[in-house]
Amino acid sequence: MVASALHCRRARRWSSLALMACVVVTSGCSSLEPWVKPYERQALADPIMSLNMHPVSAAYMDHVYEAREGARGALGGGGGGCGCN
Amino acid sequence: MVATEMLRWRSTPLATLLAALLCSAGIAPSHAAVLPEDRADVMYHRYEGGGITIQGPSVLVRKTMAEKYAVSANYYQDLITSASIDVEVSGASQYKEQRDQYSLGFEWLAGKAIYTLGFTTSKENDYDAQTFSFGLSQDMFGDLTTLSMGFSRGMDTVRNSTDPDFSRDVDRYSYRLGLSQILTRSLIATLNLEVITDEGFLNNPYRSYRHRNADDPRLFTLAREIYPRTRTSNAVALNARYFLPYRAALYGGYRIFNDTWDIRANTFELGYVHPLQRTWTLEARLRYYQQDHASFYADLFDRPNQQNFLARDKELSTFDSVALRLGATYEFISNGSGWAKRGAFSLFYDRLQFDYQDFRDARVSMLPVNDPGFRPAGSEPLYNFGANVIQAFLSVWF
Repeated sequence: MVASALHCRRARRWSSLALMACVVVTSGCSSLEPWVKPYERQALADPIMSLNMHPVSAAYMDHVYEAREGARGALGGGGGGCGCN
Repeated sequence: MVATEMLRWRSTPLATLLAALLCSAGIAPSHAAVLPEDRADVMYHRYEGGGITIQGPSVLVRKTMAEKYAVSANYYQDLITSASIDVEVSGASQYKEQRDQYSLGFEWLAGKAIYTLGFTTSKENDYDAQTFSFGLSQDMFGDLTTLSMGFSRGMDTVRNSTDPDFSRDVDRYSYRLGLSQILTRSLIATLNLEVITDEGFLNNPYRSYRHRNADDPRLFTLAREIYPRTRTSNAVALNARYFLPYRAALYGGYRIFNDTWDIRANTFELGYVHPLQRTWTLEARLRYYQQDHASFYADLFDRPNQQNFLARDKELSTFDSVALRLGATYEFISNGSGWAKRGAFSLFYDRLQFDYQDFRDARVSMLPVNDPGFRPAGSEPLYNFGANVIQAFLSVWF
């Protein structure tokens, strides 16, 4: 019971902090100056800087690893049936 | 059980962070996000290792319409021939099967937000899987930051080809959150979080665990595995990509993973992309993966039904793996030719090595006791295997 109350208080504290962070982040949206201007992003626009240069290959390798490892997720993909039976 | 786990998850600081990020993603300052390029890819893939060969095609097409909508379709096939160590130990013979997977995606660009809907269906003779997904991404802070979130719902049906009456369901839920951040003119980083929860029949219906033979402790006996009916996992990945001054890219990533089965895993990745002149691009990548075993995994149990849950799936054991990739892409269309803007052919080779720390080669203790290669159950050499993965694909941007 005490542990549960403590847990609730912690959750409320984190929720309050998150709400404050949310307000700070969103209220700063309009005033924040981008420190890398659009005309300074030539290097980032190069195809070799794409986070997913080969989508068909990345999806395949994700599947290869997911079928053979216990870990899964956070790969940035959309997910799908595994069929690793 | 899943509800309990989700409640516990929701009350953690990480879940609160997720709620905060979702909240800020809902604010929509204006400018334009960009839909992915129109492209088509046709790939042949082949995996060979550990007694298994899997090969087949994959075709992916993406097309934008009216600059606001995009559709994508993917067909993927696995043709499987398997005589893996699990098949050999179970006494079964080599089998063949086929898996066909179809995916459809729809994207809608609205200001700086992109909404995505997806559907995937996968079918094989003893396993069906269907997944619906929804996603939202939002550019902000002068397009330096992209926040994304997603949800997927999967519904699988597990069957057993040796028992026509056997049919079990699995429900899967996935919650994703992503942050992509331009840090400098040359550096971009991403942070991805994903929580996946499964409920239902999570076993492989063919796989067995082994326990010591009551009559002769040098031998083992097989019995059907028993898994928990729920599993919830958390994964967090941090990746970065850096543009080198002589036009090359260096990238790296780290993922930490844990789940309610007590599997802990770490994944490290380092890669390099080097264009040569205008037509060739060479790539190299090194990946290291390590995990600790699930709480109910054992290579050899002392007796049958020793505990509530029992598994001997090597994917749940303690092991590490190293993967080295070498790849080359040749761009045969670079400045537009007719309807095609660009065209490229890529060939990738990955060498994978898996080394198990508590999964033994049980084939050795299945030999006749007087065979010089025989080792008693529990003292067989640790299992390991290497695999070769080849991908050859043609990409056209139009």
